[in-house]
Amino acid sequence: MSGRKLGLVVALTLAAVIVGVYSYRHSRGGRSGSTGQEHREAPDFTLPRLDGGQLCLSSYRGKVVLLDFWATWCVPCREETPHFVELQQKYGDKGLQIIGVSMDDSPDPVRAFYQQFRMNYPVVMGTAEVGSAYGGVLGLPIAFLIDRDGRICVKHLGATDPSLFEKEIAFLLHSS
Amino acid sequence: MMKNETVLRLVIASALILISSNALCQTGAIPTSRLINPEDLVKVMQSGKEKPLVLQVGSHTLFLQAHIPGSEYVGAASTELGLQQLRKRVESLPRNRFLVIYCGCCPWNHCPNLKPADDALQALGFTNGKVLYIADNFGTNWVDRGYPTAKGE
Repeated sequence: MSGRKLGLVVALTLAAVIVGVYSYRHSRGGRSGSTGQEHREAPDFTLPRLDGGQLCLSSYRGKVVLLDFWATWCVPCREETPHFVELQQKYGDKGLQIIGVSMDDSPDPVRAFYQQFRMNYPVVMGTAEVGSAYGGVLGLPIAFLIDRDGRICVKHLGATDPSLFEKEIAFLLHSS
Repeated sequence: MMKNETVLRLVIASALILISSNALCQTGAIPTSRLINPEDLVKVMQSGKEKPLVLQVGSHTLFLQAHIPGSEYVGAASTELGLQQLRKRVESLPRNRFLVIYCGCCPWNHCPNLKPADDALQALGFTNGKVLYIADNFGTNWVDRGYPTAKGE
């Protein structure tokens, strides 16, 4: 492939990704889509990690963060988890950090789930206060993509196609 | 040989996942005669008629953020503890008491809590129990529609 053709392919691919991300952020309806909350600073929180210690969201500034509100009893959440493990594996060294916020009432089932699914990203136990700060987590799953500057770029409500996440993550990693 | 074994393991794992998923998603088996829509429940609650006892059988964290005014949290009915708490809460009630259970944690067909809760009420002999039909989740189908909402305990 000549340099000119290669450049055209790269340009078209980038354009497609930009259009795609724009579409996700402005589409409504269905169980997956964005809301009007984009481009605001992600509310900071400090919550206990499942494996001990505390996790402070703002300490991940400089990374692209996928903040996933989920629960062990939520079937769509269970289906998404293996894909998140793959994404963390694939893009972790490029600056992606996935953080799971469990909305389970107790950490016990979360610990078992963490082992069962061999989760490779931190999980914290969520609270109603944190849920409210993010506009209310009144259905699961809900995922927020946060850019390197700590701003919410995309919100997905409900089960989301893993390939959409990957496109958005790749876009944010590339553009930040 | 190794390749065949790997394929076989993948097939078995997929089958187990499918079976477990189906086991968790039986909300669709609740008869439509026992369902009540959000708008109908609001009308009932605002009318002068008999007020139902409304019980949330899902997540406490979600309940604290938003719930139906006057409703009580009894626990996730997908767990034995939640079912025990539900039975304890209703055991002394007349069996014709107007009850409504709801969750709204997940899309209707994925809710793990409503079917066990409905089964428990049926097993206890309740004849006027209803299940609130929430298609997507409590935020979308109740809060965002402007229906009455309370926060906290």
